[in-house]
Amino acid sequence: MDIYLPIAGLSVNALVIVGLGGLVGLLTGMVGVGGGFLTTPILIFYGIPPPVAVASATTQITGTSISGVLAHRRRKGVDVQMGAVIIAGGVIGSILGGFLFRLLQNSGQIDTVISILYVLLLTSIGGMMAKEAATALDILKPSKKAQARPARRHNPIIAMLPFRWRFYRSGLYISPLAPLLLGFVTGLLTVLLGVGGGFVMVPAMIYLLGMSAQVVVGTSLLQILFVTAATTIVHATTTRSVDIVLAGLLLLGSVIGAQYGARFAQKMKPELLRMILAIVVLGVAFRMALQLAWRPEEIYTVQML
Amino acid sequence: MRCSRGLLALLAPLALGQAAPPAEEPRLVPDVSQRQVEIRYRFSGAELLLFGAILYPGGRTPDAVPDVAVVLKGPLQRIVLREKQKVAGIWMNVERVRFRSAPSFYAVASSRPLAQLVDERTAAIYELGLNNLQLSPGGGASADTLHRFEQGLIDLRQRNQLYAEYPHGVEISEGVLYRARIVIPAQVPVGTYTAETFLIRGGRVIAGAAREIRIEKLGFEGFIAQAAEHWSLSYGLICVALSLLLGWGASAFFQRRYG
Repeated sequence: MDIYLPIAGLSVNALVIVGLGGLVGLLTGMVGVGGGFLTTPILIFYGIPPPVAVASATTQITGTSISGVLAHRRRKGVDVQMGAVIIAGGVIGSILGGFLFRLLQNSGQIDTVISILYVLLLTSIGGMMAKEAATALDILKPSKKAQARPARRHNPIIAMLPFRWRFYRSGLYISPLAPLLLGFVTGLLTVLLGVGGGFVMVPAMIYLLGMSAQVVVGTSLLQILFVTAATTIVHATTTRSVDIVLAGLLLLGSVIGAQYGARFAQKMKPELLRMILAIVVLGVAFRMALQLAWRPEEIYTVQML
Repeated sequence: MRCSRGLLALLAPLALGQAAPPAEEPRLVPDVSQRQVEIRYRFSGAELLLFGAILYPGGRTPDAVPDVAVVLKGPLQRIVLREKQKVAGIWMNVERVRFRSAPSFYAVASSRPLAQLVDERTAAIYELGLNNLQLSPGGGASADTLHRFEQGLIDLRQRNQLYAEYPHGVEISEGVLYRARIVIPAQVPVGTYTAETFLIRGGRVIAGAAREIRIEKLGFEGFIAQAAEHWSLSYGLICVALSLLLGWGASAFFQRRYG
């Protein structure tokens, strides 16, 4: 079933887009990642112009995260206070990121920068999570160092920061500067990479901030919800490349997928979920690296003036 | 070379006027199947029929029927074309060339391959054929580089069906009626297109005529494109509201059903 996308300016198979949304939604509900790091590259691969893919995927992530946030809130899995601090940092980051995006676009290097960032980020995070999850699942033996020193509750650098606040839900007494900075970096990534940033946020919350595990996914989704909403408006007013039809089709699949994902997550071991996420993340990183190194299908690209 | 081409293009109407004194040479009466192409939600491309009649002086069809070439051209664009090269193991954009007048769409259909119809000079004057497009490249690049970039652009757009040549695309029946089909892909840019028809004999263009075609986004699609352009903040807010509503709706629905 072909449907014409008014902003992208081409027609696509509606079922393929809805199916893609469904798959990404399932992942969202299960592990608390927005899934933009899968949606955006696949949309571009499908022939959607990159700015439209980035902007519309961002809009879609907003819708997917609301159902996730509500599902996790019912299970008291959201720390609103922590979320607010991270969102404040995220909005600042997305505005600054928009400026950087235009700079890179004008010099023609935005694609390469995006790909390199994807490879670096996804490889390091995926590798870290895979190792951690494999140890927890008894696939890997814990290293001597880890055995000798039990897992640190607090990162020493973060513990040194001033103005400590109490975050009851997260079970933390730390400076808000750390989550603010984390939010800022993620907001930057939202604009540059067209991702919610959950794949950075979730591990950072666990390994850097040391937040209690029950609130990590819900709080990450809350941050994604607000920062992607802000980014949609930034894209709508500056690049004008938000395609409401494309976003709607993606949403149709992903909101339903997210519901099943959240239900599924309650029945599974968290270590296994993390292992699955790690494998997916490494897979995307590998594909991105190949794309950089292999001769691309199109040597020439056109930019309108 | 570039410069002389531009000059020739300016002189083209004059040349046509000289070449076709109305009394002795045939005239063209062209038409198109659609004056307006509407892009709606099920738009997956269209096929335009460009047809018409050749009127001979005195109404006698000559033994040697002249040839016909039909050109459909979209609005001109100012573009930057970038070329990827391998740098330190990574493919990235290195060189670039600006083109000030690249047609967003160009299709030419002819009754015989263009090379058999006209010489290079005439082809350049009338912009007949993909290799005769006047792209107006920006200065600074060598002739070799320019040629490579031009070929790159033509190849890219040919594969996107935005540029096309149909060497046997015009059918002439009874020496009087001609018709050509031109495919318009779904990703066609909107704007005013010109459909030009040329009557060619002995390597010279002896008559020409043009028609305009408007390609527009209409209905719901047109409204969205307009809204995104003119009321961008409201449009952005509506996009966010829609995605929240859809997400919340699904959540509430599943909650009641399985919760």
